[in-house]
Amino acid sequence: MKKTLAYIVLCIGVIVFGYPFLWMIAGSFKPEMEIGNLNPWSSSYTWNSFVQVFTKVPIGRAFLNSLFVSLSVTTLVVVLGSMVGYALAKLKFFGKGAIYLLILFTMMIPFQITLIPQYILMVKLGWTDTYLSLIVPSMMTGLSIILFRQFFLSVPQALIDAARIDGCSDLHILFRLIWPLSRPVIITVAILTFMASWNDVLWPLIVVRDRTLMTMPQLVTIFVIGGEAETQLGSLLAAATLLALPVIIAYAFFQRYFIESMASSGIKG
Amino acid sequence: MKRRNIFSRSDRTGYLFVLPYVLYFCVFVAYPLVFSLVLMFHRWNIVTPMEWIGVRNFVRLAHDPLFFKSLANTAIFLLLHIPLQIAVALGFALLLNAKIKNRGFFRAVYFMPVVVSGVVVTVLWQQLYSYDYGVLNSIITSVGLPRVPWIVDPGVAMPSVAILATWKNVGIYIVLFLVGLQNIPQELYEAAELDGASRSRSFLHVTVPMLNPTIIAIVVLSTIGGFSLFIEPYVLTGGGPMQSTLSAMLYIYNQAFYFSHMGYAATLGIVFALFILAVVLVQRKVIESDTTG
Repeated sequence: MKKTLAYIVLCIGVIVFGYPFLWMIAGSFKPEMEIGNLNPWSSSYTWNSFVQVFTKVPIGRAFLNSLFVSLSVTTLVVVLGSMVGYALAKLKFFGKGAIYLLILFTMMIPFQITLIPQYILMVKLGWTDTYLSLIVPSMMTGLSIILFRQFFLSVPQALIDAARIDGCSDLHILFRLIWPLSRPVIITVAILTFMASWNDVLWPLIVVRDRTLMTMPQLVTIFVIGGEAETQLGSLLAAATLLALPVIIAYAFFQRYFIESMASSGIKG
Repeated sequence: MKRRNIFSRSDRTGYLFVLPYVLYFCVFVAYPLVFSLVLMFHRWNIVTPMEWIGVRNFVRLAHDPLFFKSLANTAIFLLLHIPLQIAVALGFALLLNAKIKNRGFFRAVYFMPVVVSGVVVTVLWQQLYSYDYGVLNSIITSVGLPRVPWIVDPGVAMPSVAILATWKNVGIYIVLFLVGLQNIPQELYEAAELDGASRSRSFLHVTVPMLNPTIIAIVVLSTIGGFSLFIEPYVLTGGGPMQSTLSAMLYIYNQAFYFSHMGYAATLGIVFALFILAVVLVQRKVIESDTTG
C-alpha cells in the first residue's frame, strides 16, 4: 500500500519533469492550432514550424558554431588542465604550492567581478565577433585542474619512475601512459566542460553581435525575445527543440556519465 | 648523479607544464581584476576616452534604488528557491531510497532538465505560465480555481522564477541526497528502532543529522548558483513586471551592455561580488558554529 503510494508520487514526478519536453517536441511538429492541446498526439504533423525557424534565423550555422566552440573549449580544457594537474601532482618544481593556492583562490572569485573587464579585454584585442572570444577565455578552468591533480595523485609514482628510466619524456608519460588510465576523470571533465560551454548564453550575448557567429542558445534567445518568432508558438517550440535535442540524445546514451560527473562536482549545467 | 638529473628535468618540465596556466591567469584573471579597480573610478562608454570621476560611481550606487531592488529580488529568489529545492529534492530522494524498481529510470528523468539549456527550460515555462492559454492555468481552472497571474503580477513573478529554477536544478540535488542517504549506516536505524524510536523520530534524529553535510553543500552551491540568476528572468520576463524579477546580474548586464555604463557596471560588479563573498562567509560561519556547537 505504502509502496503503491510511493510509485504514484514517483510517476507524477516523471510527468512533471518529463512531460513538458514531450509536449515541446510534439508541439513543434503540430499545426499551430493544436499546440495548446495537452495531448501530444495530433491528427496531423507538419515540418512547417521548423521551416519557419530555418528561414528566419541561421540556426544551422549556429549549431555548427556551438559544436565547434564547445569541442575546441573541451579539448583545450582537457589537454591543458591535465598538463597542469600532472605538474602539480607528479612533478617537483619551486613554487608549486603557490600555484596550487593561486588556482584555489581563482576559483573563489565570483565571475561577476571579472565579467565586464573581460569583455573590455575582448574589445581591446579586437576579438569581439570572432571565435577567439568564445574559446580562449574558457580554455582553462580551475575545477578541471583540481580534478586532474586529485586523480593523478593516486597514480603510483613507481610507474612514472619506470617510464623515466626507459627514457620517456613527461609529455609521453602523460599522454601515452597516464591518459589511458584516466578515463573516468577525463570523461568527467569533458562532460562538465562541454555542457557548460554548450549551454552558456551570457558570455556569447556579450561578445558576439554578428548573427553568423552566434552560438545556438544565444541565437534561440535572440529569436525568442527579439520578436522574430512573432506570435507563432510553433516556431518558438521548434527553435527550443532544435536546441534541446542534441543534448537530450547525448544524454539518452550516456546518462550515467552525465549524472555522475555533474552530481560529483555539484555544478549546475 | 643520475637522480639529480631526473629532478632537474622535472623542474624544467614542471614550469613548462604550468606555463599556460600562469599566462592564462595573468591575462584573463589578474588583468581583469586590476582593470576593474581602475574602471571603478571612471565613467566610460567604451567609445570615447575614459573620464576620471573619483568616487562618483559609489555615490551613485548608494543612491540607486534599482540596484538595491535587484539585490532584494535576488535575496527573495534565494530564500524561496533554496528551501523549496531542498524539500523537493529530499522528498524524491527518500522515495527513491526505498527498495524501488526502475530507480535508474526515475533518476534519469528527474535529471533531464539539468542537462538541457536554461533557454529551453525558460521558453517551456513561459508557455506553461501563460495566463490565458498556459497548461498550469488550464489545470487550475479545470478544478474550479481562479487563474494565477504567474508572470504578469509583480507579487507572483519572482516565486514563479523560483519554481522554474527549482524544476531545472532539483535533479542534481536529488542525486546528492540519494548518495547521502545511501551512506547512512543501516545499524543506526536498527539501533534507533531498538530504542523504540518511531519512524518520524528516527528521521529527525538519524536521517537529518546524517544528511547535514549534504544539506550544507546544497545550500552553499545553490547560493552561489542563485546569485548568477540571469537567463531565466532575461528570457521569461525581461526583469518585469515592474522590475519584480530584475536580478542583480540582469541589472549589471543592462547597465553595461544596454546603457554602456562600463565604469558604473564594473563598480556594481565589484560591490555585488563582495556581497556574495560576505554571504558565503557568513553561511560558513553559521554552519561551523552549528556543527561544532
